[in-house]
Amino acid sequence: MKSLLRLLPFMKPYRRDAILALVLLLGVVFADLAIPRLTQRVIDEGVKAQNMTVILNTALLMLGVAVLESLVSVGNIILSVRVGMRTAADIRSALVRKVQTLSFGNLDRLQTGQLLVRATSDVNQVQMILMMGLRILTRAPIWAAGALLMLIFTAPSLAWIWLAMLPLLFGIVLLFMIKARPLFLIVQQKLDRLNTVLQENLAGVRVVKAFVRAEYEKQRFARANDDLMAQTIKVLNFVVFLMPLMMTITNLATVGVIWFGGNLAIEGKLTVGQIMAAVNYMIFSLFPLTMLINMIAPLSAADASAGRILEVLESEPEVQPPVEPRRPTITAGRVIFENVCFSYNHGCADAVLNDVNLVAEPGETVAILGATGSGKSSLIHLIPRFYDVDGGRVLVDGVDVREWPLHDLRSQVGIALQEAVLFSGTVRDNIRYGRPDATDEEVIAAAKAAQAHDFIMAMPQGYDTLIGQRGVNLSGGQKQRLAIARALCVKPRVLILDDSTSAVDVETESKLQDALDELLRTQLAHQTTVFVVAQRISTVLTADKIVVLDKGRIADIGTHAELLVRSPIYREIYASQLGNGRQ
Amino acid sequence: MEQRPTFSNEPRGGERPPVSIPLSGPGARRFGTRIEKPRDVRNTLRRLLSYLRPYRWTLVLVIVLVVASTLLDLLGPYLNGVAIDRFITRRDVGGLGKIALLMLAVYLVVWAMRVAQARLMVAMVQKVMRTLREQLFGHLQTLSLSFFDRNPHGDLMSRLTNDLDALSRLLAQNVTELFGGLLSLVGIVVMMFAINFWLALGSMFVFPLMLWFTGFVGKRTRQGFREFQMYIGKLNGELEEIFSGQRVILAYGQEGSTLAKFDRVNAETRDVGIRAQIYATLIPPLMGIFSNANIAILAGLGGWMILRGWATVGTILTFYNYSRRFAGPLRQLGDLYNQIQSALAGAERVFELLDQESEILEAPNAIVLDQVRGDVVFDHVNFSYTPGVPVIKDMSFRAEPGKTIALVGPTGAGKTTMINLLSRFYDIQSGSIRIDDVDLRAYNKASLRRKLGVVLQDTFLFSDTVMENIRYGRLDATDEEVIAAAKLANADQFIRRLPQGYQTELSERGSNLSQGQRQLLAIARAVLADPAILILDEATSSVDTRTEQHIQEALLRLMEGRTSFVIAHRLSTVRGADTILVINAGEIVERGTHAELLAQRGFYYHLYMSQFKGQVAMQV
Repeated sequence: MKSLLRLLPFMKPYRRDAILALVLLLGVVFADLAIPRLTQRVIDEGVKAQNMTVILNTALLMLGVAVLESLVSVGNIILSVRVGMRTAADIRSALVRKVQTLSFGNLDRLQTGQLLVRATSDVNQVQMILMMGLRILTRAPIWAAGALLMLIFTAPSLAWIWLAMLPLLFGIVLLFMIKARPLFLIVQQKLDRLNTVLQENLAGVRVVKAFVRAEYEKQRFARANDDLMAQTIKVLNFVVFLMPLMMTITNLATVGVIWFGGNLAIEGKLTVGQIMAAVNYMIFSLFPLTMLINMIAPLSAADASAGRILEVLESEPEVQPPVEPRRPTITAGRVIFENVCFSYNHGCADAVLNDVNLVAEPGETVAILGATGSGKSSLIHLIPRFYDVDGGRVLVDGVDVREWPLHDLRSQVGIALQEAVLFSGTVRDNIRYGRPDATDEEVIAAAKAAQAHDFIMAMPQGYDTLIGQRGVNLSGGQKQRLAIARALCVKPRVLILDDSTSAVDVETESKLQDALDELLRTQLAHQTTVFVVAQRISTVLTADKIVVLDKGRIADIGTHAELLVRSPIYREIYASQLGNGRQ
Repeated sequence: MEQRPTFSNEPRGGERPPVSIPLSGPGARRFGTRIEKPRDVRNTLRRLLSYLRPYRWTLVLVIVLVVASTLLDLLGPYLNGVAIDRFITRRDVGGLGKIALLMLAVYLVVWAMRVAQARLMVAMVQKVMRTLREQLFGHLQTLSLSFFDRNPHGDLMSRLTNDLDALSRLLAQNVTELFGGLLSLVGIVVMMFAINFWLALGSMFVFPLMLWFTGFVGKRTRQGFREFQMYIGKLNGELEEIFSGQRVILAYGQEGSTLAKFDRVNAETRDVGIRAQIYATLIPPLMGIFSNANIAILAGLGGWMILRGWATVGTILTFYNYSRRFAGPLRQLGDLYNQIQSALAGAERVFELLDQESEILEAPNAIVLDQVRGDVVFDHVNFSYTPGVPVIKDMSFRAEPGKTIALVGPTGAGKTTMINLLSRFYDIQSGSIRIDDVDLRAYNKASLRRKLGVVLQDTFLFSDTVMENIRYGRLDATDEEVIAAAKLANADQFIRRLPQGYQTELSERGSNLSQGQRQLLAIARAVLADPAILILDEATSSVDTRTEQHIQEALLRLMEGRTSFVIAHRLSTVRGADTILVINAGEIVERGTHAELLAQRGFYYHLYMSQFKGQVAMQV
């Protein structure tokens, strides 16, 4: 329960409501416990004494108690639901807020799908348990304790029956915890296995069909399916044996009360009313334990959820804003890498980038080329400080990026990432995402340069067409072009294209390059330094500088012509893309 | 870097068929209760019952046990009353002993019966679930690719998991609860009236109130939850967008605007949720209060009746216990209504999936394709994913046995679609595609696909060993054959360097291999399958130079002697092809060899030159 308790501070703003809910809960329990006692009075003082006034008055009192209880109970519900829902909404909000402060390094570890689960079903689990906590969870022990007190008070000579039942009940709880929980875990594993087979089958449907493997897949599924069934039956057989046993034990206790209490009554040591009250108190004091057993599973699930939530809330952003921010006097877009070394798990031994030295003058186009895993993306991610270097430094306009105010730095840099993620909204909103005050003309200019204007105009509502989850579907190439337009629209000093034309066909790409040159050279009021990461050699041919990366080190820097002469790696890449014919 | 799914089921680029509305159901399944209405309850129930038919004797036994245990259970409170009236007040210790033993016996028998009944149900329901899952999965294997394009995987997964889950709860718990609950309600009423008519009538006072109240709150709850559901959908959508776009948000410094938008949705959802949840939580405790009110009535009325000699103390105790038991089933019935409704809606979705017919039908006397020369003809082929939006227009060409056909053209031109048509993943609208002079549709589908070897750009791997992943190409291949295929595909080297060699377990979708390595495995798979006709979707990028050369060599080896269709990105493939088909907007705009097409100075020349900006022209 550790993790859940650590989330409790989120309830702080609502502690008045929460305390009030608990007070009202006490009222509910009190009312519940009063009823048998009042019944006893009807029997012992009213019926026995043939006193109609006592009977009537007590009955009216009971009715009053019931009415009062209903009011108190509704109050408790409203308050506990409110506290639970509000706390959960706050936790969710804290999660989303926290994610906004995280850096790419953190995000690599916490994947999108996982974050989503944490913000939805995990928060939901916690919310359920909070609401239950303010009602059932706290009520059960109070109820049990109160009923036991009343039992001792009403018929002290029968209280030992309760004590006798206790070890039995605890035995069951223990058995449940020790035996059933591991079994449930195995069921979960079997279920995961079944889902994996199913998911793979769906995702690989082309392969399955192409190789005509339906029968094989069915067998795979059948194995997982049968396993799951067998295990589920095993667990449930155990559970359905234990659960009714709890109720049976409560019933046995009432038989005990009737027998022993009856004997005492025959001896004249107890009244009939006392026996009746004792039967009820016995049920009241044992039944909550059954309720608690039913809570074990949701409680441990919620605790696990709380743990996952805390993992996000407590993760330390890897990129911290500078303590003493410094702003350069002029912003021109000069980027310098000085002895940079970088690795994703910190430590220059196993570095992704090693001893990188590179100068990009304002207005230059720098292309970065190299094999997969040679560190191309890592290199350019250091410029907007998506990650921090482990050694050396990266300077933008003479100031270490770690000293730049984060927001300022990033608004100097326009980046089109490898995977073009768009947001639901209009095309226009997506393009001016980084600069919401961009005019329509600026949006269109950016779209034209990115070769997106034509296909945007072909869409039903042009720039007002809705895209994303509930809108038009775009092809990969179209998304990439919109992402480039988005990067252009911020009019950055440093433009980074991170393999952002991979899904664009060659012809369109070459048009895009020309238009981009045009835009950067003539239309913007300032110079823009461009970094292009590319796989295709055609993309990089016209760059001012081509950086050839090999296993995290700069193998060579030069123009196409220079590199063709002196860099064997460059020649190799070049040759492989142009091929050496089959025949 | 964001992990991309390594295999996409959608045809790439502009060829992607529009994703139409999924079969049904809102996207918001992540949060608990959902309240839906089934459309055709009778039909759904009838079909559901057909699954229970094999277990009808088990069911009969269960019903008997439920009836017996419920009735016996009702005996408990009655015996309590009897004990007080007959034995305690009359000071009969012997009788008290007997009745205590009787009660003990009754409770133990009830417990045994409950256990027996529950175990029978568990076994039956789990078996029915297994059958349903098996049928669903088996049925999915027969559906055509266009079905999978149209229906999001999440939705299909949800039918096999969530919907079946709800269904199993319905069968295992809800039905017995409903039955047992109704039975004990009736039983209690009957017992009460049998024991003491007037006192029973008095107790009935709160009954209609309870009923009305359950109905009222239930209706509000459903309304509230329906609205809540909508907001949850919105909230989930918002969260999904934020998290998947998180890098972009950071890159553009839009944290503030993102949070503002999120806060609004979050607060709205919370407020709607509070309302819905309050109603949902109201019923159980208030039912308890109604029974307390009833006890007050019992005490007053009963006390008065005892004084008149019209009732006994034991009767009051019996009634007292009965009225406590009354609330339970009634409350359950309120909950059950919602649960049953949504379970039936789930069942409906499951059956709907089972009723989906494959759009690709097997010809009545399908020819089993055995020996293939590899003569492929497209004859005036027309095709569209959605009516009115042609993707392939009047396409005709012939591939002679053993020749290599390169398909070249911009994204969205229809290249992937052509390959899909050849594999008969989709059926064409007019014209014909023939292999060895016989229309594709006349062949047995499985035998056709066995003769086609497909190597896709994104290689799909299963979470299994490397050995089994290659063997997927031909299940009866020996280990030696698998290794031989891997060698031919240039994959053997890297496989041996893996921690457990061929026995290395691949993680989900082979994410522990590089894209190039995955591709080599796919080639090995195709080598093992030994197809007559080869279909290749070349990789464009993301592979390092050395691996690329390995892939290249392996592909050339694989293509030898087979009719090959290649969506070509590599110059070498294009140049080496026997025929290049230049595809644009669903039509063949040019055809010929590399040299011929260059000489034409048309579309191909343009495409080619733009790729290399004239620098290469000198070398060619």
